[in-house]
Amino acid sequence: MSKSRIEVIDNRSWWLQNRWLLLRRTTQISILALFLLGPLAGIWIIKGNLNSSLTLDFLPLTDPFVLLQSWLADHQFGTTAAIGALIVAAFYFLIGGRAYCGWVCPVNIVTDTAYWARRRLGLRGNTKLHRHTRYWLLAASLLLSAITGYVAWEWINPVSILHRGIIFGMGSGWFLILGIFLFDLAVSKRGWCSHLCPMGAFYSLLGSHSTIRIRADNRDACDKCMDCFEVCPEPLVISPALFGKKDGIGPVINEINCTNCGRCIDVCSKEVFHFGTRFDNKDPISPEKAGDGNLTRLNPDQFEHKEATT
Amino acid sequence: MTEGRDSKKKRTGSGKASRRRFISDTAKMGCGVLLAGLGLGAYTRKTSALPVQALRPPGALPENDFLGACIRCGLCVRDCPFDTLKLATLNDDVVIGTPYFTARDIPCEMCDDVPCVAACPTGALDPAITDIDDSRMGLAVLIDEETCLNFQGLRCDVCYRQCPLIEKAITLELRHNQRSGMHTMFIPTVHSDACTGCGKCEQVCVLPEAAIKVLPIAVAKGMSADHYRWGWEEKQEAGGSLVTPDPKHQYNLPEGVDYDLQGEGLIPKKQSIPEPFPEDPLKSLNQGSGDGL
Repeated sequence: MSKSRIEVIDNRSWWLQNRWLLLRRTTQISILALFLLGPLAGIWIIKGNLNSSLTLDFLPLTDPFVLLQSWLADHQFGTTAAIGALIVAAFYFLIGGRAYCGWVCPVNIVTDTAYWARRRLGLRGNTKLHRHTRYWLLAASLLLSAITGYVAWEWINPVSILHRGIIFGMGSGWFLILGIFLFDLAVSKRGWCSHLCPMGAFYSLLGSHSTIRIRADNRDACDKCMDCFEVCPEPLVISPALFGKKDGIGPVINEINCTNCGRCIDVCSKEVFHFGTRFDNKDPISPEKAGDGNLTRLNPDQFEHKEATT
Repeated sequence: MTEGRDSKKKRTGSGKASRRRFISDTAKMGCGVLLAGLGLGAYTRKTSALPVQALRPPGALPENDFLGACIRCGLCVRDCPFDTLKLATLNDDVVIGTPYFTARDIPCEMCDDVPCVAACPTGALDPAITDIDDSRMGLAVLIDEETCLNFQGLRCDVCYRQCPLIEKAITLELRHNQRSGMHTMFIPTVHSDACTGCGKCEQVCVLPEAAIKVLPIAVAKGMSADHYRWGWEEKQEAGGSLVTPDPKHQYNLPEGVDYDLQGEGLIPKKQSIPEPFPEDPLKSLNQGSGDGL
């Protein structure tokens, strides 16, 4: 795919072309490193893992998704966990729910690598999954917790298995992670993170009204090179903001599945995108000249088709 | 023009097709998710049994509640100063991510301040456990009398000596040594009202395979029926027997005879033995005539 595409001439510096990706990887690895400092070097800044942790023996942080399951499993959880979950929920409510996926989750590195390898190897095999499957899986795992009385998703949650495994010992958990890598590589494009993971779905809903958003304020400069769609883990989220001007849609990427990864900012040679807030989402030129109200959306199937034929 | 009309027609046609596809896609997704959910449900049920020799940290809720309460963060593991606790991986038979320990490897050292319970953010380890002596991680059972050295009449006593609650959780009960016929056996005896299941005894047992083991309480303990009453206790409480005493036993023996329970058999009563030669010979004569002869 990438080979057949016409190379976009980009005169920006290497730093500007990779800034957000590097920042993101740095953040992901730093968070892991902070957790690992304790067991490896005896410097206990953060104890625990992503499910629940204690920073500097003072700040509790708890994953609200796992606590919600525990609550549905009819457990009256303690105040420490509740406070921790509130802090985390408030943070992602403001910053953007799926910033968790893009900036914290260790599985993201695995699936991004799988996608990168997929493109490099030119693998086309793609079992199409519905992008809403994750929401159904989210509902299923919550329902299952209520029925079984267990924290159900934790039995197979690759996010916590990987993160906990790296810190506390992985055992044969690597096979599960390898499975996800291979699944994303050869079976389904962006299969796990963008289609199946209920944790991502939970954080999507959590950050549905988040403040920090990517904006396409400079969308008039877009030359439709489609590079952003190529790198975006959730390409559906871009089109309303990027192409919606004639329909009166503002430049803010307001879709809940956006992971705030910022890769679209990196790849856009026309500097269409930048980080901003959800506020002031008005078309700076002519809101009155709004079109007939039909949303301009690119059908995801169009991309799949395009990819398959090129 | 016609082309345009055709394409319009086509579009409406494809609209119908896409609706059909939407429905079939949704159905497929629904079935897939349902299947995945059922599979996950079965998997959680199947794997939720705790191996007998895996012990939960102090204060852990009953296993079924624990699996709904523990969020597998490992904070208890981090605050355990003796590296007793570990989190289960996919290799272990314990539910993945949950804390446990193996007494024979590293037992619970029963810290006074119970740091693992204090570290638990959810209450999966019951915060009501502030005194480690109140915890019940399991129950030690002297499971093999055939190999326990004390049962052979030796004085090993190591489990007893190392018990953090010596003389409460484990006592030595004296018993006659039938083999030698002249010695005493000191039988290590666990008392469930004090044993916390810390596993120290199992760890220190000198045998290659421990004769005393910590088991889950549900496995180790029987249960007395609610309506059972121990007569001797009731008697003591009431200050006397609560049932009508048996009537004094009556033997239907011939008159003038006693029965000896020690094997002598019938013993004539002394009074009834006629004196062979009374001082007054006339008296015996009179006696004989009194018998109706």
